[in-house]
Amino acid sequence: MGWLADYPLAAAVLALVALGGVFGALLGFAAERFRTEGNPIVDQINAILPQTQCGQCGYPGCRPYAEAIAAGDAEINQCPPGGEAGIQALADLLDVEPKPLDAEHGEEAPVKSIAYIREDECIGCTKCIQACPVDAILGAAKQMHTVITSECTGCDLCVEPCPVDCIDMIPQAETLKTWHWPLPDPAAGRVEVIATDRLRDRAA
Amino acid sequence: MRRVHGFHGGVHPPENKAQSLAAPIRPAGIPPQLILPLAQHIGAPAQPVVRVGQAVRGGELLAEADGFVSVPVHAPTSGTVSAIEDRPVPHPSGLPAPCIVIDTDGADAWAPPAPLPEAERADPTKLRERIQGAGIAGMGGAGFPTAVKLSPGPGKAIETLIINGTECEPYITADDTLMRERASELVAGTRILADLLTPREILIGIEDNKPEAIAAVRAAAGSDMEVVVFPTKYPSGGEKQLIEILLGKQVPSGGIPADIGVVCQNVGTAVAVHEAVALGRPLVSRVTTVTGEAVAHPGNYEVLLGTPMGWLLERAGVDPARARRLVMGGPMMGFSIPEPACPVVKTTNCLLVPTEAELPTPPPAQACIRCGLCAEACPATLLPQQLYWFAQGKEYDKLEGHNLFDCIECGACSYVCPSHIPLVQYYRASKAEIIARRREAEKADHARERFEARQARMERLAAEREAKRAERKKAAEAKAKAKAEAAASEGAGADGTQAAAAADPIQAAIERAKARKAALAAGASDEPADQVAKLAANVETIARRLAAAREKLDAYDGGEASVAEALKRGVEKTEEKLARAEAELREAREGASEEA
Repeated sequence: MGWLADYPLAAAVLALVALGGVFGALLGFAAERFRTEGNPIVDQINAILPQTQCGQCGYPGCRPYAEAIAAGDAEINQCPPGGEAGIQALADLLDVEPKPLDAEHGEEAPVKSIAYIREDECIGCTKCIQACPVDAILGAAKQMHTVITSECTGCDLCVEPCPVDCIDMIPQAETLKTWHWPLPDPAAGRVEVIATDRLRDRAA
Repeated sequence: MRRVHGFHGGVHPPENKAQSLAAPIRPAGIPPQLILPLAQHIGAPAQPVVRVGQAVRGGELLAEADGFVSVPVHAPTSGTVSAIEDRPVPHPSGLPAPCIVIDTDGADAWAPPAPLPEAERADPTKLRERIQGAGIAGMGGAGFPTAVKLSPGPGKAIETLIINGTECEPYITADDTLMRERASELVAGTRILADLLTPREILIGIEDNKPEAIAAVRAAAGSDMEVVVFPTKYPSGGEKQLIEILLGKQVPSGGIPADIGVVCQNVGTAVAVHEAVALGRPLVSRVTTVTGEAVAHPGNYEVLLGTPMGWLLERAGVDPARARRLVMGGPMMGFSIPEPACPVVKTTNCLLVPTEAELPTPPPAQACIRCGLCAEACPATLLPQQLYWFAQGKEYDKLEGHNLFDCIECGACSYVCPSHIPLVQYYRASKAEIIARRREAEKADHARERFEARQARMERLAAEREAKRAERKKAAEAKAKAKAEAAASEGAGADGTQAAAAADPIQAAIERAKARKAALAAGASDEPADQVAKLAANVETIARRLAAAREKLDAYDGGEASVAEALKRGVEKTEEKLARAEAELREAREGASEEA
């Protein structure tokens, strides 16, 4: 190897080529060994989406929409059930500017609704059962159907197929379980240290 | 003498405790109606076991616990269940909740008490069952089911049992008077709790502003427990703060006291445990402080649970003109009650009716000036102003990162804030929002699982259908092929018509029937004697059929009128047919004889 000392340029080139080869092999091995299945960003986006599977975004479910966002085909502001909070979370995840909700796809409902079947009028056609993306409707052909309220995501998809229009979307009433303290309104000027003085506020 | 530790921060608000300490505990009496919410505790609401209109005696079960983290509700006195419906309950939301309403009869008849027999008191399971069955939930204000706290779970040895007699909130003296007047019951209850938990030491912590209570408890306590006195500071009655004062140990963030071998119980809870176990009396009343400048007779009342607050305030002589509002709890942590019809519940330690001068409306909140007083006052060593910014910006991740959930909502930060910012309300709202979001995220996960399961099922079904179709197609092809082969091999031997008949069996059947008819017609014209014989046979057949039809009609009695009608019609028709056939036979015979 003594001759290398006589050709420093060749030595440097050789050394660099050797280094490149070693690291290239290392990277190649790592790429094979630690290959990720699927697209992890799709899972992350999908985890933020509300999973109502309502299709208001124009895609047949939350996952297809997540895939479309990941592929750059869809905007992040097409999901009304997710609302502003969802858009903000997506913007944070993808490091893009949050946008207001696209009105074309619907408006964010202030209160979540769930489906309710007027059971006297149900003819047992099973059309809503086939439409429900989360299997939240119970029933069989020519038998009365009913919605399992705890499983209903309020996606609205069962209302359209019903031939006798016996499905209502009922906004969920506030209960002691769902109620929570509101943020004080700084604009109101007068806020209580102890608690809201509801009756007085209402009277005023 | 035990070394008393301190905790970070804290405030010294005016105590205002003397007003309600002038008189001993007075019974409030029996109101005409009691309203008992099914959820007076943290956890699942109790399930009613009585019907409307049912007469109940004092101490009888009205609603049973629904699961482990739940406690039952008992009748505080005798009367009739007049309704089970939604009524306003003491909750900051002002929303109604399901309640059992009892119209009292004033007789105060009680079911015979059933104390736990001495022999069974050694059994921890029986003791815990009794404590839960008596409806006992933490009486210091939170209302957590006591039996759950007394089941720390395997692997968590309890070193220290702390009885909390601190009562650090201004105005409230319910625990103070209870310790003065029922020290022996308190000690007895503490011993029962100690039997359950087998701690190494029992400490009763009392602030030094209650000298009479300290003296009473010291006199009652034996050598097995220690009364620890420490300087008054708000909020030393907080569970985690009290543990730090007495033991110098901190409960880890997000943990419970049992994680460091401590269980804390309120003095009221200890007395209730004694009554449940030794006297067999479920939790149906509690000591409640009624105080504030708008009250003519402030003091502590032994109140039946379910007593409407308005009725109690009337007894205590509240001047509605001076009362600015009604607060349940103390001025630091309490909340306004929107409706005086709300009942007193297991956690109602105080009803505060202040005048405007006493507890003035807070001035409008000013901007935060970053003075840092709130951080100095915070007993949980949090950064209140930082949390305030994040709460305003709804930055929930950062709030959690700054340990928002260690906030005990004591109100010390709001109290010291020179800008009068309602800090605690920001934290309460943010906590609730974070919890709501977590719940929603869980729901979304659940929905995704269901959606994916459905998707998988649909795919599986489609694949199965496809497989079946492919199978059928293959079978049909195989059959056709076999037939074609058979036809080809037969076709070599047989003639063309046979092959055609094999190909179309229906056509062949029709042709066969035609041939038979033609043969019959030809035969009829040929031989009259044959025809006579045939007609005779026909008459016989019809006669048989008629007999059968008549039998059927006779056998069928009652039931559907239409069925009977149809049978009758059938008989008539057959009769007609028979007549026709007989006529034909006669004609044929006549013809035959003529010919002959």
